[in-house]
Amino acid sequence: MATETLIWLIPLPPLLAFFLIVLVTNRSKALSHTIGVGAALLSWLGSMVVFFQALRVEHLGEHPFLSSINWLQTGDTWLRIGVQIDPLSAVTLFFVAWTIFMIFIYSVGYHNYGQPKGDHDRKGLPPHGATVTDVHGHSHTVLSVEPMYSRFFAFLGLFAFGMYTLVVSDNLLTLFVGWEIMGLCSYLLIGFWYGKPSARAAMIKAFMTTRVGDVFMLLGLAYLYSATGTLNYREIFYNPTVLNELAHSASGVLGLSAAGLISILLFIGAVGKSAQWPLHVWLPDAMEGPTPVSAMIHAATMVSAGVYMVVRIFPLLSAGAEGGHATTAMTVVAFIGAFTALFAATIAVAQNDVKRVLAYSTISQLGFMIAALGIGAYVAAAFHLVTHAFFKALLFLGSGSVIHGMEHGVLHTGNHKVDPQDMFNMGGLRKKMPITFWTFLIGGFALSGFPLVTAGFWSKDEILTDAWKHAPVVFVVLALAALLTAFYTMRQISLTFLGEPRTKEAEHAHETPWTMTLPLSILAFFSITFGWVGIPEYFPILGGIPKALGFTPNWFHEFVHGTLPLLPEGGAHGAMLALAEAANFDPIPLITSLVVALGGLALGYIVYKNIRPEQADPLVKPLGPLYPVLKNKYYFDELYDFLFVRPAYWVAETFTSKWMDRVVIDGILHFFAHLTGVIGNAFRDYFDKPIINELLGDRVADVVQKIGHWAREIQTGRVQQYMIVALVSIAAFGALFYYLLVLAR
Amino acid sequence: MMDFIISNLLTLILFTPLLAVLVLILLPGEQKSLLRWTAFVLSLIPLLLSLVLWFEFDPNQAGFQFQYKLVWYSALNSSYHVGVDGISLSMVLLTTLLTPLAILASFTIEDRVKVYMALFFLLELGMLGVFLSLDLLLFFVFWEFGLVPMYFLINQWGSEKGEREVWGGAKMPARVYASFKFMVYTMAGSLGLLLAIQMIGGVAGTFDILELYQRWTSLNQPLFGIQIGAVKSIAFWAFAIAFAIKVPVWPFHTWLPDAHTEAPTAGSMILAGVLLKLGAYGFLRLVLPLYPYESKFFAGALAFLAVMAIIFGALAAYGQDDFKRLVAYSSVNHMGFVVLGIAAAAFAADTLDANIALSGAVLQMFNHGLSAAGMFFLVGVIYERTHTRNLNEMGGLFPLIPVYGGILIFTSMASLGLPGLNGFVSEFLVVRGSWPIFTLYTALAMIGLFFTGAYILKGIKQVLHGPLNEHWIGHVSEINARELMVIVPLMVLILAIGVWPSWILGVINNAAAALLAGL
Repeated sequence: MATETLIWLIPLPPLLAFFLIVLVTNRSKALSHTIGVGAALLSWLGSMVVFFQALRVEHLGEHPFLSSINWLQTGDTWLRIGVQIDPLSAVTLFFVAWTIFMIFIYSVGYHNYGQPKGDHDRKGLPPHGATVTDVHGHSHTVLSVEPMYSRFFAFLGLFAFGMYTLVVSDNLLTLFVGWEIMGLCSYLLIGFWYGKPSARAAMIKAFMTTRVGDVFMLLGLAYLYSATGTLNYREIFYNPTVLNELAHSASGVLGLSAAGLISILLFIGAVGKSAQWPLHVWLPDAMEGPTPVSAMIHAATMVSAGVYMVVRIFPLLSAGAEGGHATTAMTVVAFIGAFTALFAATIAVAQNDVKRVLAYSTISQLGFMIAALGIGAYVAAAFHLVTHAFFKALLFLGSGSVIHGMEHGVLHTGNHKVDPQDMFNMGGLRKKMPITFWTFLIGGFALSGFPLVTAGFWSKDEILTDAWKHAPVVFVVLALAALLTAFYTMRQISLTFLGEPRTKEAEHAHETPWTMTLPLSILAFFSITFGWVGIPEYFPILGGIPKALGFTPNWFHEFVHGTLPLLPEGGAHGAMLALAEAANFDPIPLITSLVVALGGLALGYIVYKNIRPEQADPLVKPLGPLYPVLKNKYYFDELYDFLFVRPAYWVAETFTSKWMDRVVIDGILHFFAHLTGVIGNAFRDYFDKPIINELLGDRVADVVQKIGHWAREIQTGRVQQYMIVALVSIAAFGALFYYLLVLAR
Repeated sequence: MMDFIISNLLTLILFTPLLAVLVLILLPGEQKSLLRWTAFVLSLIPLLLSLVLWFEFDPNQAGFQFQYKLVWYSALNSSYHVGVDGISLSMVLLTTLLTPLAILASFTIEDRVKVYMALFFLLELGMLGVFLSLDLLLFFVFWEFGLVPMYFLINQWGSEKGEREVWGGAKMPARVYASFKFMVYTMAGSLGLLLAIQMIGGVAGTFDILELYQRWTSLNQPLFGIQIGAVKSIAFWAFAIAFAIKVPVWPFHTWLPDAHTEAPTAGSMILAGVLLKLGAYGFLRLVLPLYPYESKFFAGALAFLAVMAIIFGALAAYGQDDFKRLVAYSSVNHMGFVVLGIAAAAFAADTLDANIALSGAVLQMFNHGLSAAGMFFLVGVIYERTHTRNLNEMGGLFPLIPVYGGILIFTSMASLGLPGLNGFVSEFLVVRGSWPIFTLYTALAMIGLFFTGAYILKGIKQVLHGPLNEHWIGHVSEINARELMVIVPLMVLILAIGVWPSWILGVINNAAAALLAGL
């Protein structure tokens, strides 16, 4: 099979799985998960084949795999859609395929496949456990299987289809299609347990917040399409003439160039999807969904799609940059990214829910990538995108495993008041759940950027190095964020796994089945090794190892940097791309990386290594009034509710439908109807009744009637009288005729 | 036989509904089941004939096909002239598709089944007549004709609950109010239309639309002592207001939520599915070609009203607690995109953008026909089970009716414009086409698009999600086979257009190009 054909086929198995499960097999849990996982396996296989095929192509950036077809008639022309694998999509495909496949497997264990049906479980609510009696006649409560097990795999399948579509697209339109399908799945999966009011609210919040970004993105697409006549990547981003033209035509808005405005419109889409400030509020609430969903959609793939899109449009974003100066659009991007990175990290410090910490950490890490793009380091952004996907998926799955273990403990003690997600209820889990602990530790260290061995170190270091070179302010902000990252990560690890169990439930926690620990182990493997493909050549000692072993030094950079090969060196874009060039060795960013990572980890360990039960968070005192502010996420939810949600509902319900439609518009109509009635009545009362009826109708009738009455007098019925009348008449008429005929002559 | 059918295809499509009425009249009134099935089977004939038409139609040939002309009022130079192009073809297909589905959806009607079914066929006749006429007088006759059956459907078979207060505090039953408002409002618009039509016919000496395209537009002498431009402007507004009421364009829209809400389920399906398209079709068939200059001149005003419809339609929908009213307002929102596309096309007729906007508008008409009919049907399904339309009284029904829930989410997403389903393609085309022409208005329309999400999600949230309202256990049953037969064809088409739009867009695109080339 031609590689191009294979690329077309990659997204399809999960879609087929979705339809099969929904239409046919939804009653059989075994069949449904077999189809689901089988489809993920097929797509994974296809992706791996394509990935390794892509590696074998020399200068893949200049000769990517391409294939397209006509899709939509537009006048005499067609809008074409198609697939493309260039270096960026190849590496994205690699991590997407791995994380998706791993999470499919993990979901089997997470949703308690093979466990009995729950006693009181109901569709739309999480399983509550089942009572079983063992051979000795003891009855105890165990985890029960998810009542909507099949549905979960169907939704995951549809989601995987959306993500694969996005990655293999060769144009922004099908990217948007995949983007929105993922949005739908995110909505459906956040609200998977739709019976919970909190989940129901979170699903709508997620959809609507990202929709803010999406409508701007749609405008960006319309603008770009109008301006260039195409949405194909290669026809726009690889075409210096088009880019130049866009960079030098004014948009008429805020003095931006067309390229700048389009980039910002598209970027707002990414702000929504990648949960950047100020559209970050949905992601923490999205943790209402089952943990595999958080891992896949809200850490590894969908939220990464925003960053992926900005990497894609990087040539447009940087179009017009002269002499290494960033464009306005880039400055905006850098600001949003850096601000979000620090802002979210501060919130993460004060969260107690094991998943919420990770949610804010995701926002913060995505901010790192966005900031990197804003300063022109698009390769570093892509690198962090990949490593982050691995270690953050790992951390989420690890947290799911922890929650699962805790739920086991909760069912054992029967005390349902204990929140299995609150880290202050945990402690000492390292002994109960060793695989989860070690893999979580690897993931946490990668997130913190633990030096040399973890992937996160290499990708974060690359961002910091580039920031140091080109935007010292961004560097300082990101370094501070990195310090906080290491701190809250170690806080999380210490509270969860170290010390002694703080509750009975934590004492009875239990390691999870292999379907959950195997994906953890594989992701842990990548969380370490994937960093090695991006060790800079100039790095002391380690930088030379790949060369000595016969590999390409800093392979990742070489490979992904080739994504944008066609742009002329030294031109407007070439200058900007020079920012992305590997920098020479500079000790300051490296030392900073080491200090913030190790310092943050050490600090976190010291503060949280031995928290006793019922003890308050040691941060409460030193932070003082700042602590509740952080804990309540700077009150953004309340602020938005006050500023946007309530007014919007008021405008919709009271202003538009009550006042404008019912009172004003209908009032005018009713007034006219009333006026018509008044005029009609007036005609009746003042014309019809007096003139027509009385004057003409009734009077004529009266006169006739009176004549009739009078004439009735002669109708007596007496023959004699008639004879007299006849004689009188004859005499009278005779006299008349005589007068007329004789005398009058 | 086949030759006869092909050569008289449009007349056959147009008058088979009348034949169906005759058949129904002969059947015994108390045999309800027989009446229903006869009506359903007979309604498939126009559909089959339209499918023949669809496949016999040559999309690459510009102009009208299958034309048939017969002298009707020779004294007035008016004739029975019918014909189709790509735009009317898609509308004819929509009409003949939705009618059988609406009849199938009406199987739960128990009251005066015979009259009810007969009225539906008369309604179909009226709508098809508008789409097929190429004679202005004929067009007007059918335009008015369609009102009558719909009036009775709302007035007699509409919802029995509810009251509306009018000026001065008087109250009347809601369905009486709604049917009256629908009828009088539309007729008020028709008044100007009739006068303008008579004037045009008198001045040009013909009512033939194709001839008028040449004769009326080329007039440049003063008429009745008034500048021709002024006369044309007045006539333009007479046409435009009549059609704007029907679409409906903001602020002429308030009859719609009342009529849609009070009509029986199948009536709402046809009302939203086809009747609203008559207005938009009027703009395309008559206003743009007869008044190219005035259309361009007033396009900005029209676009403004369209954007108001998009924004306030969505907002009003979001503000409803009545599920059916929510869906009704969504029509205002969606039809706004149709008008925006038409306005953009009128403003810059000679550009590619105009072509894209116009194709998008026509496709949006078709798509809205599918999704709105589907939504109204689904509202009807849930109403028949709960006997309430109040969203606050529902809630958490998903576990009881998972299949219905899935279908509701699917159809809602089509209405929301989710990529992969039909609504996205047409809305994207309209936005793409309008952006370079009316940039600000297109940007403002995004507010409406945003709130489209809000009201769609509100509907799903209130019906399906949340804690289960225990009251409904045992009362709400899953969607049945007959109901599936209604909704599944719509879903298939929604998906088919979303994934592979070119099968229908090809036909529409060429017709739009031809229309614009003629301006």
